[in-house]
Amino acid sequence: MAKRVGILALQGDFTKHVQSVARLNHQPVLIRKPEELKQCDYLILPGGESTTFLHLIEQLDLRQPIIEFSREKPIMGTCAGLITLSKDVAGLPHPSLGLIDLHTVRNAYGRQIDSFVGDVRLSFDERRNIFEGIFIRAPRIKRIGQDVEQIGFHNDDVVLAHNQTILVASFHPELTDDTRIHRYFLDTMGK
Amino acid sequence: MIDKQFKLKIGLAEMLKGGVIMDVTSPDQAKIAEDAGAVAVMALERIPADIRADGGVARMSNPKMIKEIQEAVSIPVMAKCRIGHFAEAQVLESLGVDFIDESEVLTPADETNHIWKHDFKVPFVCGCRDLGEALRRISEGAAMIRTKGEAGSGNIVEAVRHMRTVQRAINRIKNLRMDELVHYAKSIGSSLELVRFIKENGKLPVPNFSAGGIATPADAALMMQLGAETNFVGSGIFKSSDPAERAKAIVLATTHFDDPEIVARASAGLKDAMPGLEMASIPEEEMLHKRGW
Repeated sequence: MAKRVGILALQGDFTKHVQSVARLNHQPVLIRKPEELKQCDYLILPGGESTTFLHLIEQLDLRQPIIEFSREKPIMGTCAGLITLSKDVAGLPHPSLGLIDLHTVRNAYGRQIDSFVGDVRLSFDERRNIFEGIFIRAPRIKRIGQDVEQIGFHNDDVVLAHNQTILVASFHPELTDDTRIHRYFLDTMGK
Repeated sequence: MIDKQFKLKIGLAEMLKGGVIMDVTSPDQAKIAEDAGAVAVMALERIPADIRADGGVARMSNPKMIKEIQEAVSIPVMAKCRIGHFAEAQVLESLGVDFIDESEVLTPADETNHIWKHDFKVPFVCGCRDLGEALRRISEGAAMIRTKGEAGSGNIVEAVRHMRTVQRAINRIKNLRMDELVHYAKSIGSSLELVRFIKENGKLPVPNFSAGGIATPADAALMMQLGAETNFVGSGIFKSSDPAERAKAIVLATTHFDDPEIVARASAGLKDAMPGLEMASIPEEEMLHKRGW
């Protein structure tokens, strides 16, 4: 059955997540207001600028509704979405949402000229196919809490992880045609 | 089809979508922009309205000033080079600028050739007035296209004209038969390959942003509804009487471009916008959007 997947559409590459969700025959729903969350089974925080996300989350009163959503339903975040969901991040204008116990460092690989495409190994994929990891001014996960499972790796870095309800990636699966990570999120997390 | 490097360039443009990129001339202004929710800043020595007023040759900004702005903010920092001035672009790339705007706002360095942007690792944005111009820039390697508008005018009329002209041409191509594409590509001075991409995908192969003349939250909402994916705001913020509040309001209006109540609320508390110029009052030779081809 098609699941209703909210995609936070304040700013960023939310239309790319819409495409990924639609490819899996689920129903994407753009979220710009708190009440729009109510109709969704899942939520995705896209890539974009985390400082912009947090300003708009405050101004549009979305902080509490997203935190409450996470108590019952799964949330996925990519890149800026990972930063916004992490517990411990420096240099943000407002506190991050703190929904997954990670220490995350923004722009940890450098500026745009240091952005790269690199191989990501997925622990849940039996075929052991490499996932094309697109890292754009990417954050780096520096510390991982005990309740967080590591499921994707680039060299020695953990780049994909989840706890009970939150799944995060430091790269952009939505910029590829490969839907394995979105499928994992929508098939294995939540009810 | 798309190589890895171009994927990364377009990828950053994707991340900027739905946001506002603001012209700034100092680290303090850059901070104000970041605190207002800008997705990126454009580091400039003079904003377009002042370039227009001062006259003379406008060049790439001083690297020292660009570095100070890079240190002041964590969001991407863009900078402009002159049309065709690939040595300025090389300098900007060496500074680690995140995006280069090969811009008609500066005095062109080459009246015939634009920069071959595929040679660079850093992504480029270029202005256009119509689809042919947009596709020529994409052929040269631009990873983002913006309308030219008329920079520093505070008048949205040219940006509207350019955005509508591009969208009209895209719609036209969607309705052409395959056997009509070659002639159409020839008529707009574009490659068949790119015209065919538009026929098959219904949109440009790179993000399409708006620039030149945005001064109010409603201007931002207008451009988004006409098909812009992000707004550049230049003189409109720091030439107004309330930069911080105006910047915030334009960010909010860009996100909620299709919700007039929110645009109204964002606009309500603002003071005077920049005065702006009537197009007829700008002498032909001072029209910035006529630069480049």
